[in-house]
Amino acid sequence: MLFKLSLKNIKKSFKDYAIYFLTLVLGIAIFYMFNSLDSQQAMLKVSQSTRELIQLMITMLNFVSVIIAVILGLLIVYANNFLINRRKKEFGIYMTLGMGRRQISKILFIETIFIGIISLAVGLIIGVFASQFMSVLVAKLFEADMSGYTFVFSKDACIKTCLYFAIMYFAVMIFNTFTISRYKLINLLTAVKKNEQIKMKNPIACVIIFLIALATLVFCYYKVTIDADSIMTEQKMLQIILLGIVATILTFWSLSGFILKIVQARKKLYFNGTNMFVLRQLHNKINTNIVSMSEICLMLFMTITILSSSLSLRNTMQKDLIEMTPVDVNLYKPAYLPEGDEDYTKEAVEDSKKPITQTLKNNGFDLNNLKDIIEIPIYATNDLTWGDTLGSTLEEAKKQFKMLQYDTAESLVKVSDYNKIARLYGQEEYTLNDNEYIILCDFDNMKSLRDEALARNEPIEILGKEYYPKYNECQSGYIEMSTSHINTGVILVPDSCELKNTMTEEMFLAANYNADTKEEKQKIEDILAGVGDSEFVQKLKDKDIELDGVTKISLIEASTGIATIVVFIAIYLGIIFLIASSAILALKQLTESSDNKQRYVILRKIGADEKMINKALFRQIGIFFLMPLVFAIIHSIFGIQFVIKLMAVLASKEQLLPSAITTVAVIGVIYALYFIATYFGSKNIIKEE
Amino acid sequence: MENVLEVKNVEKYYGNKSNLTKAIDNISFTCQKGEFIGIMGASGSGKTTLLNCISTIDRVTAGTIVINGKDITKLKGNNINKFRREELGFIFQDFNLLDTLTAFENIALALTIQKVKPHEIEERVKEVAKKLEITDILNKYPYQISGGQKQRVASARAIITNPELILADEPTGSLDSKSARQLLESFETLNQKLNATILMVTHDSFTASYANRILFIKDGKIFNELVKGNDTRKQFFEKIIEVQTLLGGELGDVI
Repeated sequence: MLFKLSLKNIKKSFKDYAIYFLTLVLGIAIFYMFNSLDSQQAMLKVSQSTRELIQLMITMLNFVSVIIAVILGLLIVYANNFLINRRKKEFGIYMTLGMGRRQISKILFIETIFIGIISLAVGLIIGVFASQFMSVLVAKLFEADMSGYTFVFSKDACIKTCLYFAIMYFAVMIFNTFTISRYKLINLLTAVKKNEQIKMKNPIACVIIFLIALATLVFCYYKVTIDADSIMTEQKMLQIILLGIVATILTFWSLSGFILKIVQARKKLYFNGTNMFVLRQLHNKINTNIVSMSEICLMLFMTITILSSSLSLRNTMQKDLIEMTPVDVNLYKPAYLPEGDEDYTKEAVEDSKKPITQTLKNNGFDLNNLKDIIEIPIYATNDLTWGDTLGSTLEEAKKQFKMLQYDTAESLVKVSDYNKIARLYGQEEYTLNDNEYIILCDFDNMKSLRDEALARNEPIEILGKEYYPKYNECQSGYIEMSTSHINTGVILVPDSCELKNTMTEEMFLAANYNADTKEEKQKIEDILAGVGDSEFVQKLKDKDIELDGVTKISLIEASTGIATIVVFIAIYLGIIFLIASSAILALKQLTESSDNKQRYVILRKIGADEKMINKALFRQIGIFFLMPLVFAIIHSIFGIQFVIKLMAVLASKEQLLPSAITTVAVIGVIYALYFIATYFGSKNIIKEE
Repeated sequence: MENVLEVKNVEKYYGNKSNLTKAIDNISFTCQKGEFIGIMGASGSGKTTLLNCISTIDRVTAGTIVINGKDITKLKGNNINKFRREELGFIFQDFNLLDTLTAFENIALALTIQKVKPHEIEERVKEVAKKLEITDILNKYPYQISGGQKQRVASARAIITNPELILADEPTGSLDSKSARQLLESFETLNQKLNATILMVTHDSFTASYANRILFIKDGKIFNELVKGNDTRKQFFEKIIEVQTLLGGELGDVI
């Protein structure tokens, strides 16, 4: 009997359940997709160098899915609570008919199980197929090898999804029982008619609190942008975050009162059409929804920040990759190793006096494999450290960056040597007078330090001779390829500088593979850095010769791996947050619309036409949707800047704007869809019968 | 005297062919400017249906209703809303005040919907509030004031637009007797001093006794009509009771 009732209830209130069901299905599908990623790694064919990255990714995914499960759990309990509230009258009728609370709980219990099973099934099916599609998309996005593609069904992910959602449904059941036990029959029966007691806030208090909240927000914004260096510790960051959350809540607490007060003072605006009604309606609703509005705002804020910073990271990496890998291979090996040191073999010491090309040839590497070979020495001396180059700015620098190793020796390169490399890389070449030097540096933080020192035009001393900076800031350029701008500084000195051979720190070689096709290049790559040691590498190892290097292919692979992890996790988190906040907003609005149906009936009765009423409804829902979004966007403008600072190495500002715009556009579309659905749903609810 | 309202052979059916209910069965009457008409009848007699048809909330099955020279049964869509907003004022049993708005704003809303100029609004609201003696509660919210006060606020909202016809549906239905009396006295004032035309539906004889003329409806037909003429309210009240007794049922029904 109860079972039949439950079934009929679901059928009957299907319209109400639609958003709940949709959210469940989406949540399950995404949860599955997220967790099945590790079993799909097979198709993201990455080389051995990124194996470890994948392990890291799986660990992070596991961690993140716990967070996501909590978010989804809260969302489901929340959505369920709305449905229960909508059905108060129904429960009232059951109770008048003599049904006990326990039996009502049982009905809800059966309903939850029923909906749970259906949504799990539908969600998993969608998840399985969507994850295939997702994999293809992601593989394309990150230029991964698609040849190993197979249809993947992850049993682990499936079991995990079922388990997590079973726990969530269980929470819902407990919650329902609890809610039902609190109901009083009289309240249930009169639930619809009950006139809301409007708690009005003191408008002056609203204005004052609003101003305080605004000031606090501005303070937080200042802290995370201009004064960001002062909050680099975890504790201080947490303080600012908490302060920001409190300020956001206060803003929503006081905002509507503040706006109301201002608009009321402008009679022309206030007494115009349904403005008065819309404003009061907003004021009333926001009063009862401060926490959820703040929550939605913060969720959107996180979504925007996470998505745009991660997209920016990915864009930066890809743009940098092309820019930063002009040749196929860089090789370097330490030069002039100390003789008689036990750490080095005799062969290694002997070899360190020879150029790299010689090492290659001696160990059986065919030099015909390479073309455009340029080899230069890089010098260093303990007489010229970072501290020395910073000169009189050293003390300030120490205050700003305590952790820097100021006694690191600077790398010195003769300008003509550098120009050879620059020509090969397609970069700017330089000329120097006998008493001049140039610093090449493109690592942002280091560059700003060095620029300050350069601006003072103080000389540096090499082998007793003074040199003055040619430019008052660092020039761009690098010698060794890397995935991003991390050149902390190379000093170019005139050829006349008498650097001795013994001061050579390392030999550096840049070259291209003498091959045209990808396969041929891969063959040469395999000799130098293949999976498993080649004969050549084995020989070097036997002699203990430290020949190191980077190749274009390995750089791209590594970079793709990092970008993949970051973007994956960000996209999933972002989408979950977005769905959660949109669903909450939509549910809230729909429920409010049906709760406030009477108000629209009154409007209609006193002569407002449909156009007017729809306009009022549209504005009301629109403002309700827009307000958290606007605040979230403002928050993220500042938040993203802070994230950029945190990830100084990996992201850059120029890359951010397009990412942020893309993110806001994506969010805008999903958000707008929910908005439209809510508007039409509400319109339907308040429609005259 | 000019006719504000003319109801001619109005019929309203509910249901389908096999199960037809005649809620209104050929009713005709007219109402002149400045009249205060009461419509009485038991529940289910069709009085509220009649009011809904006159107020354009419901549509007639047959017949015409002419208000101020306009046949409202021919109006459509937005014209209905425009007509309702400009020519009619409503007073409902459950007040229908918006609980989010103050009394002042509730009254003003009727004007802002008609796009009356903002600077006029304040003056007009204060003026009408004075007449209905609700000036000191204008800044209160509906939940802060009594039922009688609420109904007077609702009345103020109904008349502030200077409608041709005020329709009141059981206005005293949710009020205690003291508040009801106060409200009806203000209706009398509106009717006599402002020459407002009022059509009031009620099943309460005391409430009805404030009207000038009463139409009794039974089973969708006009059963009787009483005109107050020069009677005192008490005499009129007794007459109403007499008719009510008759209306209660024919002798045959009792046995």
